[in-house]
Amino acid sequence: MEKFGFTLSKARVIDYDANDRRIVDFILEREPSLKACIECGCCSATCTTGNFTGFSLREIHVLLKRGENDQVRKKIKKCMLCGKCSLVCPRGVNTRNVVFLARQAFQKFDSYAV
Amino acid sequence: MTGNVVVVGGGTAGMEAAGQLAKAGLSVTLIEKEKDLGGHLKEWYHLFPDRRPGEEVLSYLKTQIAHDNIRLLTGNGVGGFHKKGSDFIINTSSGDEIKADAVLLTTGFDLFKSERKEEYGYGIYDNVITSPDLEKMFRSGEIKLKNGKTPEKIGIVHCVGSRDEKVGNLYCSKLCCVTAVKQAIELKEILNDCKVFCFYMDMRMGGALYEELYREAQEKYGIAFIRGKVSEVGVNISKKLVVKAEDTLSGRPLKMELDLLVLMAGMEMSDGGSKLASAGKLDIGENRFFTAADNHFGSNRSNVKGLFYAGTCTAPMNITETISHARSAVADIIDYLNNDRK
Repeated sequence: MEKFGFTLSKARVIDYDANDRRIVDFILEREPSLKACIECGCCSATCTTGNFTGFSLREIHVLLKRGENDQVRKKIKKCMLCGKCSLVCPRGVNTRNVVFLARQAFQKFDSYAV
Repeated sequence: MTGNVVVVGGGTAGMEAAGQLAKAGLSVTLIEKEKDLGGHLKEWYHLFPDRRPGEEVLSYLKTQIAHDNIRLLTGNGVGGFHKKGSDFIINTSSGDEIKADAVLLTTGFDLFKSERKEEYGYGIYDNVITSPDLEKMFRSGEIKLKNGKTPEKIGIVHCVGSRDEKVGNLYCSKLCCVTAVKQAIELKEILNDCKVFCFYMDMRMGGALYEELYREAQEKYGIAFIRGKVSEVGVNISKKLVVKAEDTLSGRPLKMELDLLVLMAGMEMSDGGSKLASAGKLDIGENRFFTAADNHFGSNRSNVKGLFYAGTCTAPMNITETISHARSAVADIIDYLNNDRK
């Protein structure tokens, strides 16, 4: 049988209702300051990791809130937990703890340990 | 001092200005096309940013106009006016002619007709409503879907009819962001278990205590803000609304089921104001509101000497700004009558 090389593309759309938000709920419960995030990007701009890799804490916040956990699982490992992001946040979010809790949540809810 | 001033429009600006003019000793005729005074304010349940009942401000305004120098002409429109020397002759819809030394137009705004954004389905889908429709529900004390059920997931769309070239409105209506935040909080207070999502392009919280209210909405009420304008609304097989937007912060399209969708209708120049503008050759801008003689120190003056503006007939304004603008118009009118009128 000839192979034509066709594949099915996965839809890029965020299906909000189908997504799993247990990870973000776990974080919000323990670090409610994350609720005040306005996605300004200060954390990402000051981030040393972000200046050398594609890591963006702001992007991770958004993805977690939407329940797009698959993308976050790998990315979250890049953070070195230096905490510079917490120093610059204008809304007083404890961003370092968010990363910390995200790693915990993935360990709790995933078989895939970070 | 003495003199006759006609104020056209009995909303917030007109009532405040009429009261202040009367207190300064002038004879005022306040003309309102509807039979009740109060304009849009009387439709509003609570006001931002402190969620004070709209009725409180309305009753303040009613005390302002309880003055012997004020003659009320409600249920009366203004057909047109002309100048005779430095006098104004105003023609009312009931056929009367009123002579005045100065005229103040406080013709206000009309709400954007949300049906015009057909892709949002207002007037097509039962559970797509507008911000004033929601205020009506707040006043009735019941937030219900058309089928009588209580909504669990509610979306709010910012910028409906504002900042949108497709409907010919390039400007920001300025009050809808904070109205959305206020209404989201009220929804959460009434329906504790509901989830509220605000779809915004920019959060424009430029007013006293607005930013604080926004933060409260996030922290205390857990309202979700999604940056991205809703592009279209549909209904799925389970008869729920489905909204599509781009989640611009993750750069991905997003879809979501909702029970109720609230459209933040913007402000437009009122029909009555537009008619007076063409009848009286009054300057209007690209946004169709009256153009003031000077942006900084003549925001109440027009291109016709002795004719003044106050309130939302010049630009979108909140109640506080409208009242201040009405008072500054009174100062300008008094200055004109004392020093400038020949």
